Amino acid sequence: MALAKLEQLSKSVVQGPSLATGAQPAKDWMDTPAIFKEGNFAYPAKVEKVEYLNSQDGLNFPNAREWSPDEDDWKLPDGWEKTILDGIKERLDKFRSLKIFMDCCVRCGACADKCHFFLGTGDPKNMPVLRAELLRSVYRNDFTLAGKLLGKMAGGREMTIGVLKEWFMYSYQCTECRRCSVFCPYGIDTAEVTMMLRELLHLVGVGINWILEPASNSNRTGNHMGLQPHTFKDNVDFLAEDVETLTGVKINHSFNRKGAEVLFITPSADVFAEPGLYTAMGYLALFEQIGLDYTWSTYASEGGNFGLFTNNELMKKLNAKMYAEAKRLGVKYIIGGECGHMWRVVHQYMDTMNGPADFMEVPKSPITGTVFENARSSKMIHISEFTADLIKHGKIKLDPSRNAHVMPTYHDSCNPARAMGLMDEPRYILDHVVPKWVEMPENTIREQTFCCGSGTGLNTDEIMELRMRAGLPRANAVKHVIDKHDVNMLSCVCAIDRATLTSLMDYWNPGCGVCGLSELVGNALVMDNEKRAMGYGADGTESELPDGLRTMV
Amino acid sequence: MKYAYSFLAVLALVVFAWLGSKIPGMQYLFGVAIPYLAIMIFLGGFVYRVVYWAKSPVPFSIPTTCGQGKSLDFIKQDKLDCPTKTSEVVARMFLEIFAFRSLFRNTKSEIHEGPKITYESSKWLWLFALIFHYSFLVVVIRHMRLFLNPVPEWLQFLDFMDAGAVLQIGSPLFYASSAGLVLGVVLLFGRRLVNRQVRYISLLNDYFPLFLIFGIASTGMLMRYVLRDNIDIITIKELLVGLVTLSPVISAKIGSIFYIHVFLVSTLLVYFPFSKLMHMGGVFMSPTRNMANDSRAKRHINPWNDPTIKPHSYAGYEDEFREFMVDAGIPVEKELPPKADEEQG
Repeated sequence: MALAKLEQLSKSVVQGPSLATGAQPAKDWMDTPAIFKEGNFAYPAKVEKVEYLNSQDGLNFPNAREWSPDEDDWKLPDGWEKTILDGIKERLDKFRSLKIFMDCCVRCGACADKCHFFLGTGDPKNMPVLRAELLRSVYRNDFTLAGKLLGKMAGGREMTIGVLKEWFMYSYQCTECRRCSVFCPYGIDTAEVTMMLRELLHLVGVGINWILEPASNSNRTGNHMGLQPHTFKDNVDFLAEDVETLTGVKINHSFNRKGAEVLFITPSADVFAEPGLYTAMGYLALFEQIGLDYTWSTYASEGGNFGLFTNNELMKKLNAKMYAEAKRLGVKYIIGGECGHMWRVVHQYMDTMNGPADFMEVPKSPITGTVFENARSSKMIHISEFTADLIKHGKIKLDPSRNAHVMPTYHDSCNPARAMGLMDEPRYILDHVVPKWVEMPENTIREQTFCCGSGTGLNTDEIMELRMRAGLPRANAVKHVIDKHDVNMLSCVCAIDRATLTSLMDYWNPGCGVCGLSELVGNALVMDNEKRAMGYGADGTESELPDGLRTMV
Repeated sequence: MKYAYSFLAVLALVVFAWLGSKIPGMQYLFGVAIPYLAIMIFLGGFVYRVVYWAKSPVPFSIPTTCGQGKSLDFIKQDKLDCPTKTSEVVARMFLEIFAFRSLFRNTKSEIHEGPKITYESSKWLWLFALIFHYSFLVVVIRHMRLFLNPVPEWLQFLDFMDAGAVLQIGSPLFYASSAGLVLGVVLLFGRRLVNRQVRYISLLNDYFPLFLIFGIASTGMLMRYVLRDNIDIITIKELLVGLVTLSPVISAKIGSIFYIHVFLVSTLLVYFPFSKLMHMGGVFMSPTRNMANDSRAKRHINPWNDPTIKPHSYAGYEDEFREFMVDAGIPVEKELPPKADEEQG
């Protein structure tokens, strides 16, 4: 489906009769079925991807088949209702969060207008509270006394195909960004609810290709992009050559090297596509300049983890490569690159799932001597923590004027902000690498930051209008600082952002670029024995690297 | 129409208790048996629900971080919104439970031409909730004077302050908490009707407790401020102290309004553990609020973690790609076998 023109969509989000714009839906939400049509759903997973995942030890991805959400028959296995209800029971027993979140909501509505999907689509079921009610109604009906006695009177609903279709529609119109949970008086986290819904859907073979294909790639080749070891190495080698061409400094990097002090893992998108490539070039330049003894891995060549968007088992299995590779190579600790959901997994799940990492040492910067007590157990630190520490100790020379061509603002990625608390390290770095930068309005940054609209594996082209709608709150805040402060660059610490915000800016705010923070660090970095290339800037005059690492020479 | 059903349900309860308490001999049922039963169901149900929650583990450390976490020395940690120590978690929980801090953050979004989305601070819900909950709390505590003999001094003081909060002369003194409770219910109900989003999400389960509490508050106030002739406070206190000491005495001098009030309270107690009102217990146990953000510093244990889930092994990976790896100069664990044609040659 062709993407709506900017003018049409701009009108539609304001004037379209929706709950977000002031209209009151005539029908009760329970009587409003989910209707699928081309453009409002992500394509189902390919048979061979589901079969591959299902064949892996410890994973359960049954019912591989050809099917489509817009057909009536979803070809569900016999007895699927029981599978779902048993699945709910199992998850209630495993997750206290699920029980609490099912029981405690008072429907105060504090979350209602906090969701970017609701603001962009106006669909009532995109209010976090209703997204949770889709599951809660079934929970009430089958797992609570009130629901068993009173049924619909107590807000209960039977598990039907209609309910399952709603689950599919709305658990894939949620990016697990946790913004609603900031505002909820009980901290009810829709990310948890969406995770449960998606897990339950996988039990009956309902999943999308844009998640399961990268996940199966990651399992087999080590990364989402499906880059085989030699290709992964080639890509990084190209970037290293580019850095050398631009800075005159030869990059010494290595792969799968035993005995390195540090294993470096970043999302594979950073070595695969613009503008992430420039972020990866920033890493290479920085590590070269400080002489870090580190290695890349082709086996653990993915920081991201699309298992997080499917189920616990797959998340654990994919994540386990990080520690396994660290152990095999005998490194002292791991540095992780810029990525949002990767850091949700690394910060809140990894040590629990795949630890203890007692074969490594507490991360200690070889340059500054700083011991990272905050990663004492997990042995993995964020590149922003590492870089901020270098800057604080004056161990790298930075020339902010080398970033004079950019006027950035900073986008807090959902997970580092709301599932980690990484907010001021990136800002500290920005303060030192650019002449000037500005914040977006306060209700759209830090813990209140808005998602790019395409996280959790929704970065797929067939739902572009949905993505542009969901990204509107983010784009709108960027537009505010573009109009007010001539911002021309949206910086972030997330690989999915680098891809999705680029589409979002091209649509809503053409002319505004997107970059990773480490790209700006690389731009500003003064390297030993550098011989910087000349290039033509936007004004047509020739100077040293006028566009930083993006300069064409 | 959900609110109409809820209203009718509460009305039916009132009529039931009114008529029922008129039948000779039934006073014992409404004044003693039902309250005892209700208390038992409330306590039992409350404990059951909390135990039901507690039986499920918290497999992962999932606090919602609402501020800067603890990392480097020169980066200032937001100790309240991103706690690492137990004392900081307690402070966060205290403000959440006693000051409704998350509601204090509330904003209202509006979409204007452009499009332009605006976010304005909106503290109405926070204010209404505070008025309602604190008034209710004071009312409940204040009622303890009816169950305790002698009345402790602190309770007399609270009673004095509650009445003294409103400048007045004459008798009976009007309690600020009475007004607060009714006002709180009316405001929260009004919000459910006026706020289009909240109106759309509201269930019967949301209106019913509001009407029920309104019924409780209004019958209580009727008893205290209006229908006093019908009410003998001495006999009521005898009954209530008797209930507490397990030796209840029913007197004929108690009017129907009292039984209606007590029946509605009993209904609330029975309804409580099976409803959303359990948010009172749940707020203490929400993992996104009551956990420290220290999951990289301290290993959180998941009791059902499955050690048999292993990564796709490095050996398997190298077996599949060894040739490419060797060609590309990537170190391998096992070298390639000598090529067959070379052997022949």
